[in-house]
Amino acid sequence: MSTLEVRNLVKDFTIRKGLRRTRLRAVNDVSFTLEPGRTIAVVGESGSGKSTVARMIAQLETPTSGEILLDGTPSATRGRGLDAYRHDVQMVFQDPFASLNPFHTVGHHLERPLRLHEVARGREALDARIHELLERVNLTPAPVFAAKQPHEMSGGQRQRVAIARALAPGARFLVADEPVSMLDVSIRLGVLNLLARLQREENLGVLYITHDLATARHFSDEILVMFRGNVVERGPSDQVILDPQHEYTKLLLSAAPEPANHGRLREEVRRELAAAGAGEPADRDRFGTRGL
Amino acid sequence: MADDTREAELVTPAADAAPAATVVVDGIAPPDTTPGVVPDVPPGQDQGVPPVPARRGLRALLPRRSGKLTAGIVLVVAILLFTFVAPFFTQDPRSTANERFLPPSAEHLLGTNHIGNDIFAQVAYGGQGSLMVGLVAGAIALVLSIVFGIVAGYRGRFTDEALSLVTNIMLVIPGLPLIIVISAYLQTRSLLVVAVILGLTAWPGAAIVLRMQAKSLRSRDYVSAARVAGERTPRIILVEIFPNLLPLLTAQFLGAVLLAILAEAGLSFLGLGPSGSITWGTILNQASANNALSLGLWWWFVPPGLLIALFGCGLALVNFSLDEIINPRLRLGPAAVKSVRKARKAGVGAGDDPKETVAA
Amino acid sequence: MTATTTTAEPLSSDRHAAYLVGKEPVLTARHVSIDYEVEPVVHAVKDVSLTLHRGEILGLAGESGCGKTTLAYGLNRLLKPPALLTSGTVTFHDQDGPDVDVVALTGDALRAFRWDKVSMVFQGAMNSLNPVISVRDQLGDVLKTHRPGMSRAERASRSAELLELVGVDPLRLDSYAHELSGGMRQRVMIAMALALDPQVMIMDEPTTALDVVVQRGILREIMRLREQLGFAVVFITHDLPLLLEISDRIAVMLRGEIVEIDTAEAVFEAAQHPYTRRLLGSFPSLTGDRGAFVRTGEGTGESQEGPHA
Repeated sequence: MSTLEVRNLVKDFTIRKGLRRTRLRAVNDVSFTLEPGRTIAVVGESGSGKSTVARMIAQLETPTSGEILLDGTPSATRGRGLDAYRHDVQMVFQDPFASLNPFHTVGHHLERPLRLHEVARGREALDARIHELLERVNLTPAPVFAAKQPHEMSGGQRQRVAIARALAPGARFLVADEPVSMLDVSIRLGVLNLLARLQREENLGVLYITHDLATARHFSDEILVMFRGNVVERGPSDQVILDPQHEYTKLLLSAAPEPANHGRLREEVRRELAAAGAGEPADRDRFGTRGL
Repeated sequence: MADDTREAELVTPAADAAPAATVVVDGIAPPDTTPGVVPDVPPGQDQGVPPVPARRGLRALLPRRSGKLTAGIVLVVAILLFTFVAPFFTQDPRSTANERFLPPSAEHLLGTNHIGNDIFAQVAYGGQGSLMVGLVAGAIALVLSIVFGIVAGYRGRFTDEALSLVTNIMLVIPGLPLIIVISAYLQTRSLLVVAVILGLTAWPGAAIVLRMQAKSLRSRDYVSAARVAGERTPRIILVEIFPNLLPLLTAQFLGAVLLAILAEAGLSFLGLGPSGSITWGTILNQASANNALSLGLWWWFVPPGLLIALFGCGLALVNFSLDEIINPRLRLGPAAVKSVRKARKAGVGAGDDPKETVAA
Repeated sequence: MTATTTTAEPLSSDRHAAYLVGKEPVLTARHVSIDYEVEPVVHAVKDVSLTLHRGEILGLAGESGCGKTTLAYGLNRLLKPPALLTSGTVTFHDQDGPDVDVVALTGDALRAFRWDKVSMVFQGAMNSLNPVISVRDQLGDVLKTHRPGMSRAERASRSAELLELVGVDPLRLDSYAHELSGGMRQRVMIAMALALDPQVMIMDEPTTALDVVVQRGILREIMRLREQLGFAVVFITHDLPLLLEISDRIAVMLRGEIVEIDTAEAVFEAAQHPYTRRLLGSFPSLTGDRGAFVRTGEGTGESQEGPHA
């Protein structure tokens, strides 16, 4: 069975401050196994190390220790072995405005991985594949979009190009690092649905990095909650969201806006103030954010 | 919006500038009445940038037509033509068959010098020499600044440390004295030797700028994306990073050419120029050595001096219009000022800078 | 998709009408249009009328490019050319004085009005603290400029009081911006906006760049201060669920127009405009039913991507 497994992944960053060097442990002992057709969401706030995990799996960072195993074999970090790994494991970046080179056309962005991974040879075969990829991400008419420059497209369109690029080599595993957080809200679900459809079609294993608990729940099978480099809670997505065990998960959940709670915050605040007025000290720091 | 959390970076390549102006809003089809939808940026920031028509690929890197550019190109091309065409119609610049110190006449358009050379012929040939020095030195400086700048910036770590060390050492060695010492040390200096010396000393400044740019481009997502796609380092440098640096590189190359021509003229004037060759600098040197100035022989020193000045001026003008690509603010500045003035005139509801009130 | 034309009133419900009964306005905008005088001219805000009532939190929702920030700047006369208020009136109903025609204000009167009556917390404001001036001096500067009569000691005690109000330890007065976390910087900015006891605060995406936990803390702080001090808030964001939680009323902007304005309850339970419904549908419920959302391949699906798809 094909799997992408990370085992005891650790990443330290060295921070130089003048002559002093301090080590910052960005990721501490993270393990999970990604299987085809399944999605694992890594949830956390900024600085939790979730993006570092993504970058290590994409081989953009080298783990300080720990292993990344593709189909049970440790992944190569250079040369042909790395090429083979990249053939199977691809990444979608957070910012579609930055992840496409402003200098190149959409066609160029898709052509390169096709060539590099020898998916297609020859002008005609390449063009056919490029158009097919664009159609799969709903960018039609494909020839028109293939000729476009990134800055002629909206954020959502760019992100779909980025998704097409990740699919181009025929990847089996996809790392999506906050793929919709930079997009306008009304198109986020569309892009996520697109990812979900492609996942079904290709039986992809997806690692979904996000800070958004709601989409993490709906989009994934399993959720890992990260806090300061550690996985503090993990489990089936509904279980983690509906029955959180760890304090931090509960904190995150209570802080996430929930439309159904309209008015509740106002009432809470009023009650607190009324209580304070009656002589009880107000518990202003319920969320422990005063020091943040 | 979330986009605003992105760090402001040093690099603003040409094509990158366009998105700010031509924002396409997701999900909602822009209504017909508003072709360029307003980005929801506070008016204090970045507004007043008129939509820039989209231009593709290499064309996007070419400077827009402007008075500056046209004047620069006309000057440069005219001088190039002169130095490469005129020698076919002049006598041998080394011929001493003429009378000495002749004033300009139909036969000798710019008169003759102290040994009877035709000065018009000398100026025409000398141009070739000066340009040769400029081009060779510029090319050497370009290649070195790319190696020590872009490669260092992109590779980082040890490569960066090593290359930067060399750059910094070269940077603190005072250029002109070094050139003078080397020139004085070499008994015979061909044109090529002078060009190489100038090229070898002209690159560190450019390399430092390029290194910073490459460092910043390296952390761009599209470079990471290229790595994930499986691109090799040389190709990433050449295909992903290089095009975004082209305007800067061109500007630096033209700058290096200009500096080398001026430096060669300076060296020659000091008598340390190429021996046995004719350049605008050597003509000036001879003129000065023979008291042309006090003797009022203007046709001897004015033409080479003027040509150096005009050629430099032409290159500088071309460089200015390249600057506008590297820094779109310069290009859009006049248009923005115009629309601001227009709105001011209309007058209603225009306030002061919001930041001002924050600080107040 | 748009059910409205330029002249149509924004959609609202009976509940909204009932809510408005007996409310006292503090800021009224009538038929405000704002253009960007660029080539071609961009109509950023088109004939918008909006009333803010004393002590209420009015949410202004919309996506990038809808003109919500531009409108907010227009209300506070912060528009900078080439942005230009082409028509309309903005009236401020002063609690202790006559009504103020905001559009006609100039010079010192404008300066006195801004910050004193209507203050603003800017988008990414936490990065607009001056890095080389301490928090004490920056708060002091606001007071010094607008309350020249205050003594140094009074300013110091007021500054400490302000920090206390927004939940920052007054010991932080001598800190510089870089010594504070993002959340604390944002709180300091809110303290500065509160310094002169304004009747209206306009907050433009004040929490967008912050993590949810910090964001929640600041929202509570804003809600609490509103209860204590009674100022009205215009809260601008694209995050509709957040608005639903904190605001009394919500105005939804689309392409420079307010297409729907209603109480938070009514927007949540019975949004009328298709765009509002689509915005609401963009936020799947955290704990509720999965509904038609994702993974199953059915339901709202990719058609959410709109006309570009």
